Amino acid sequence: MPSRIIHIVAFGPVRDIVGISDIALELEEPCTGAVAFEALAARYPDLEPWRESVRLAVNRAYAPFDQTLNAGDEVSFLPPVSGG
Amino acid sequence: MVAIQQYAIDVKAVLRDIRTDAAGGIDLFVGTVRNHSGDRPVVRLEYTAYQPMALEIMKQIESEIRSRWPVHKVVIVHRVGTLAVGDVAVVTAVAASHRSEAFEACRFAIERVKADVPIWKKEFGPGETEGEWKANIPLSAGTSGARE
Repeated sequence: MPSRIIHIVAFGPVRDIVGISDIALELEEPCTGAVAFEALAARYPDLEPWRESVRLAVNRAYAPFDQTLNAGDEVSFLPPVSGG
Repeated sequence: MVAIQQYAIDVKAVLRDIRTDAAGGIDLFVGTVRNHSGDRPVVRLEYTAYQPMALEIMKQIESEIRSRWPVHKVVIVHRVGTLAVGDVAVVTAVAASHRSEAFEACRFAIERVKADVPIWKKEFGPGETEGEWKANIPLSAGTSGARE
């Protein structure tokens, strides 16, 4: 089964849960945003409450959870924003 | 013009930047740090940003404004780092030929900043060292990147 390594960046409360700002995550096919969240939540169970509220960003743009991720993509699960 | 900065936002400088002889109206919104959150006292806020994406989204907001209203200039500036009560956290400013589009576009700018720009704030009450992450209340559902 082929796999690919994506690059997770974490911010705000998600950053606090994972403890670091950058994570390399190896994913098997099919590699989508939703699958990446499952893999991350399996490693960091405290992410579970954030499942419904995080938004997916791929290469610094919002993206749907069914978007395919490619090797080297910069992926982030963004907690609800609170700027302003 | 969009910016994210660690240092204090100079509102007078923004007003200088937004001025243009073509403008008949300038609308400038200043978001400041409040001394309370509901019933809780607040002494400081810590803002953190996904900076490259935040700048991209701010540029998109400027483009959307320019496509929707005939505006002359747009400025969106957000501060990050530790802010005290009364500090300026965000400024949005729009210069247009007439006040109507200046008001509308400036309101649109700050609402979009609060909805979509990846910036997060942590609130600290008196004596608190842990702080509490806040979330803006969305005006509408179905924002991009959210689950269906």
